[in-house]
Amino acid sequence: MALATSEQVDAPSASTVYRLENVGKVYQRNALVALKGVSIDLPEGSFSSVIGSSGCGKSTLLKIMAGLLPATSGTVELRGTPVTKPRPDIGMMFQQATLLPWRTTIDNILLPISMREGKAAAKAAREKAEALMDLVGIKGFEAAYASQLSGGMAQRAAICRMLITEPAVLLLDEPFSALDEIVRDFMNMELQRICMERNATAFLVTHSIAEAVLLSDTVYVMAPRPGRVIEEVKIELPRPRTLDMTTDPMFGDYVRHIRRLLDEGSRT
Amino acid sequence: MTVEAAEQSAPIADHGDGPTLFDRIPQPVSILGFGAAIVLLWYLVTASGIVSPLILPTPLQTLNQLITVGANLFTGGYVLSAMWITTQEVLWGFAIAVVVGILLGILVSETRFGERAVMPYLVALDTMPKIAFAPLFVAWFGFSIESKIALAVYVSLFPVIVGTAAGVRSADENSLMLFRTMGVSRLKTLIHLKIPAGLPQIFTGLKIASLSVMAGAITAEFLGGGKGVGELIRIAATQLDTARVFALIIYLSLLGVALFGFVTVLERYVVFWRNSDPGRE
Repeated sequence: MALATSEQVDAPSASTVYRLENVGKVYQRNALVALKGVSIDLPEGSFSSVIGSSGCGKSTLLKIMAGLLPATSGTVELRGTPVTKPRPDIGMMFQQATLLPWRTTIDNILLPISMREGKAAAKAAREKAEALMDLVGIKGFEAAYASQLSGGMAQRAAICRMLITEPAVLLLDEPFSALDEIVRDFMNMELQRICMERNATAFLVTHSIAEAVLLSDTVYVMAPRPGRVIEEVKIELPRPRTLDMTTDPMFGDYVRHIRRLLDEGSRT
Repeated sequence: MTVEAAEQSAPIADHGDGPTLFDRIPQPVSILGFGAAIVLLWYLVTASGIVSPLILPTPLQTLNQLITVGANLFTGGYVLSAMWITTQEVLWGFAIAVVVGILLGILVSETRFGERAVMPYLVALDTMPKIAFAPLFVAWFGFSIESKIALAVYVSLFPVIVGTAAGVRSADENSLMLFRTMGVSRLKTLIHLKIPAGLPQIFTGLKIASLSVMAGAITAEFLGGGKGVGELIRIAATQLDTARVFALIIYLSLLGVALFGFVTVLERYVVFWRNSDPGRE
């Protein structure tokens, strides 16, 4: 197999933003080992994905990284400090945009600031919110309510809401999987553009191998029972990635390789 | 291939329902027409002597009383002061039921103590025959409006509690997750997420309460005296003046309609996102 794997060293200039070392999670209630020995390194400005069948501990992993769930063992560090609770320098995005229907789009985007720092701070950040809306392409919809936005536009607003606190890392939990395929492909390309423009460090949970390969520098392949990373696949396609690359033979090789890993992982 | 099969087996969505007669007639005309038919039936039943006028007055007698009572009401006579007393009872009863009901609804939905210790007592109180408490309220609060307010509150409180509790719990899992990731406190989550998300159900409770609050007030007036419209109805009834009873009920129902209408308009204004056009692009 000619594919690059974890043995190859990534660009040495990038410093690690988020580091998980040997992280384990045991649910006391039923003694279930949800995660075992998971080590993940997110270099600054990199895009990483985690992929695996359901029950492999992806959501547990993401909850630990978001500070919503404590790890049983191992180190969880964001910019050198342990993650023990939700932090403003962690941005999150979910499958659903979950815009509050009684707030306008811009007030939804400013929600994290108004909740953490109060109304005055939110008012002061209005210009920043407008700039973000411009960045994701929903300028002019400041006063619109969620019911007036399409699914894709609602997710663009959710991107703004995630970025407004200028987080050091973006945790993306299948952000576009509720959208139809055409919109999803487009939104993935938009996501790449936004991440590249802001040099964001992103971590994506996905069910789609193609999506993981298309967007990522590194794909962490997970297997269940116990939830663990079985391989770290480096994707060495040039940036910016385009949808045309999905027909590239190298792209196909990556997809096949990951699919084989997933098949093997689910069989054990 | 499968697509073709699906297309072929797809049923033709035609139930053969053309527009009916009442689709074509404007609704106000339908309403007035139906009302006129009922009044006509009413007239025939009473004018023919099938039903004694002591039991059911004729439409004309009722109209006469409507004018007599109305003249007193709108010239500031004793009907107006009775109406004012009943209005006070209804409004106080409703206001107290709303405030207490919302607070209790939050208590039972947001705290384990409320859910496990308080709720069973509230359910027990709700299952009791509330009207039977009227003599007690008179004994406790006297013959003036306080005892009527107490029964009005009791009768209308539970829809508010239930609506609030259900509403506050209705915030969806995704939004709750979002608030957790933003590290928002419980109180702030309640204020900024759970209560707004629950407003549709809270308003359902308020609407039901607005309908029952007057029943509570009038019942208390029947049983506890005082100077409200309930007392006027009771006196007219003992005099077998059914036309006057009808007239008083009609004016009283205006108060009920006004309260219900106010709550409905308020809902439309407060829960605006529920009524906005869901047209997506």
